Amino acid sequence: MPLTTRRALMLAPLGVAVAGGAGFYAMLRGLGSGSYDPRGVPSALVGKPAPAFTLPALPGAPAPAFGDADLRNLPGPVLVNFWASWCVPCIVEHPQLMRLSREGVPILGINYKDKAADAAQFLTRHGNPFQRLGQDEPGRVAIDWGVYGVPETYLLDRAGIIRWRWPGPVTPEVLDQDIRPLLKRHA
Amino acid sequence: MIAEFGHFALALAFALALAQTVLPLWGVARGDARLMGAAAPLALGQLLACAAAFGALLTAFAVNDTSVINVVQNSHSAKPMLYKFAGAWGNHEGSMLLWVLILALCGGAVAGFGRDLPGVLRARVLAVLGLVALGFLAFVLATSNPFGRVWPPAPDGQGLNPVLQDPGLAFHPPLLYLGYVGYAVTFAFAVAALLEGRVDAAWGRWVRPWALAAWSFLTLGIALGSWWAYYELGWGGYWFWDPVENASLLPWLAGSALLHSAIVVEKREALKIWTLLLALLAFGFSLLGTFLVRSGVLNSVHAFASDPSRGTFILALLGIYVAGSLALFAWRAPAMAPTGLFAPLSREGALVLNNLLLCAMAAVVLAGTLWPMFADLLLDQKISVGPPFFNTAILPLVAPLLLAMAAGPLLPWKRARLWPVLQRLWWAALLAAGAVAVMLAFAGWRTGPALGFAAALWLIGGALADLTDRIALFRRPAAAWSRARGLPRAAWGAALAHGGLGLSLLGMAGMGLATDTLAALRPGATLNHAGYQWRLERLEDVAGPNWTARRATVTVLRDGAVVTVLTPERRSFPVAAGMTTTEAAIHTSLTGDLYAVLGEEQGDRAVLRVHHNILAPWIWLGALVMALGGALSLTDRRIRVAAPAPRSVLSAAGHGPDVSRPT
Repeated sequence: MPLTTRRALMLAPLGVAVAGGAGFYAMLRGLGSGSYDPRGVPSALVGKPAPAFTLPALPGAPAPAFGDADLRNLPGPVLVNFWASWCVPCIVEHPQLMRLSREGVPILGINYKDKAADAAQFLTRHGNPFQRLGQDEPGRVAIDWGVYGVPETYLLDRAGIIRWRWPGPVTPEVLDQDIRPLLKRHA
Repeated sequence: MIAEFGHFALALAFALALAQTVLPLWGVARGDARLMGAAAPLALGQLLACAAAFGALLTAFAVNDTSVINVVQNSHSAKPMLYKFAGAWGNHEGSMLLWVLILALCGGAVAGFGRDLPGVLRARVLAVLGLVALGFLAFVLATSNPFGRVWPPAPDGQGLNPVLQDPGLAFHPPLLYLGYVGYAVTFAFAVAALLEGRVDAAWGRWVRPWALAAWSFLTLGIALGSWWAYYELGWGGYWFWDPVENASLLPWLAGSALLHSAIVVEKREALKIWTLLLALLAFGFSLLGTFLVRSGVLNSVHAFASDPSRGTFILALLGIYVAGSLALFAWRAPAMAPTGLFAPLSREGALVLNNLLLCAMAAVVLAGTLWPMFADLLLDQKISVGPPFFNTAILPLVAPLLLAMAAGPLLPWKRARLWPVLQRLWWAALLAAGAVAVMLAFAGWRTGPALGFAAALWLIGGALADLTDRIALFRRPAAAWSRARGLPRAAWGAALAHGGLGLSLLGMAGMGLATDTLAALRPGATLNHAGYQWRLERLEDVAGPNWTARRATVTVLRDGAVVTVLTPERRSFPVAAGMTTTEAAIHTSLTGDLYAVLGEEQGDRAVLRVHHNILAPWIWLGALVMALGGALSLTDRRIRVAAPAPRSVLSAAGHGPDVSRPT
């Protein structure tokens, strides 16, 4: 084999390593800015608008009802949160939702398979982070969204396209590492 | 005070590593033997300092010093002592400290065992090890200090992730790190050889014991992790192609290739460039794994808490060590002309094939592991690459590898003829065919397991054929015993390692025939599965030192006779925010495992999942045999000392060229 060919061949491992390293560097940068997120669970709905639905208001709750029509042409990104009063992790994530709502982030709640009285009492006791609140007592809308279980949170951009899905409670880490960068990115 | 002492020891280790990097290289440049000679004492000093730092961390965990953040986050006073210690390395900071300790241990071992190495080589190897240690000590000190204090002290710790409170996992990281970090030594030897611009047989002989030791530990570490996943996660599987599992498989594949190609360098002075590259890759893959697990760029059950700033630091280290060494390789390797010529069909040819196939497997695993990340980055697509990809892509590479593996050791060096080798392997082929026939009789035709059983018996038969051939068991039975005693231990080790892989394959093929079933049972009810009657006797609450559990008692009967009583549990750890773990109950025998998992309860019924895992224990027993083979090779007198023994010693011990040729 001529020496130049040998030289080119033996440069190949370095080339692959440098290309890989550049990719890893881009990933690390993306982790910081929110454009790269390995933990986001893939969902068939990510990149698509919310499925069609209209929900009744939750009786006795301090927020009006909403449907998919309310999720288009928004002033900024919104969160849609599926929750229930009987769900223990929902209590865990509640302080984070309250924090976001105090900061002015619109959160739309969908109360899943719950009794209206219990749900209202939950909000009285723990506070209401929801701008709007729909009642999905039969759980049909949750099926259309492909919800695994409560709590589950979606982030929609201003055009109403679903950008992110989080099954499970919004912990302070999820808030800081996922939601805040995403809100910044889609603001 | 203990924590501050540990922190100081760590800083001291950093200073010593700096000296260990600079002084020997300066000595080599000036030709100053005294400066070169400083490398060994500095390496031993660094080992001492790292050991003191690690000891301080262990002490802080043992006395549950709740003014140390790391203890607060990862320990609890109610935890058994073993897990207090395991907690010390069950978190990011502590495990990095273990990492640098083992690296220092490697440096100390080279300093201690490498007395007969040429001065320049020894100085360079220790300097490279010092450089690696320098980077990782800086990483620990700057981003992952395990000795941080918290004031006021917490009343008690928050506990260790319950899934990790397990004896198998307590020893999994140390073994795995011994393997990962062990490749730092072969890496250092390769870099030293590139700096020197020369690789010869002696170099191959010095590298081999380190490659062997690292490989044996890595084999054990991977097997222990897989065994833990099998009994702790309760899914009944043993390998999931999880990115972090793959990250440990990559250095193993490169290391296995290194092990074999170093033999060719030693015996025939060929494949030098291959061997250098494999030595760089084995450690490069170890570092890649460290980066993937600790930077947060991938999502896995195994990943540590993610932190992009740490990721950037490790990526910078990767840039220095991996890209730096590969640049050195691209610069110096082309000038290294191959010597020892050989025909394609020869021992060397078989080892080239082994290298190519193992590297191709590593490339497949690497691509499958990284592709989802790069697809997410470049194409903004979430994809997951799972077992179907890996199984179909690996099989065409594994099949020829296993086929050649039995024949390779029987081929002579330089030039071989295939027919005599096949003649010696006919009964291994017969065994393989027999295994398929037995499976056919018991389980019907299943392609995957049939191939697995055939390959397993082919390998075991091949290893036996190799041994019986070398000791001439059938040709001259009378002299066989003395020939067996005279056979180099490296030959025994190689046969053992190859046979061990056969045993592991036996277990994997058996797992291909495993069956499981799910049923909701009331106490007193019986479930029939795999020819056994599984009777749920009762459900009860039990309490342990730091957990409470729901326990089922299941009596397993066969034809009315009690085989065993299994007690699967679901443990709940109140300290760890009510996390629960599944404790599968397993009755192990050499023919297979009876495996029971307790699921949710619905009213007075409990969901019970039972598995019959045929031959499953052999997966891990086989790995143990492989590691034993590696250890046995290490005790071979020709490589026991990491330096060439003087010729006179060799011949005095009766190891003339006649006996030592086959390896």
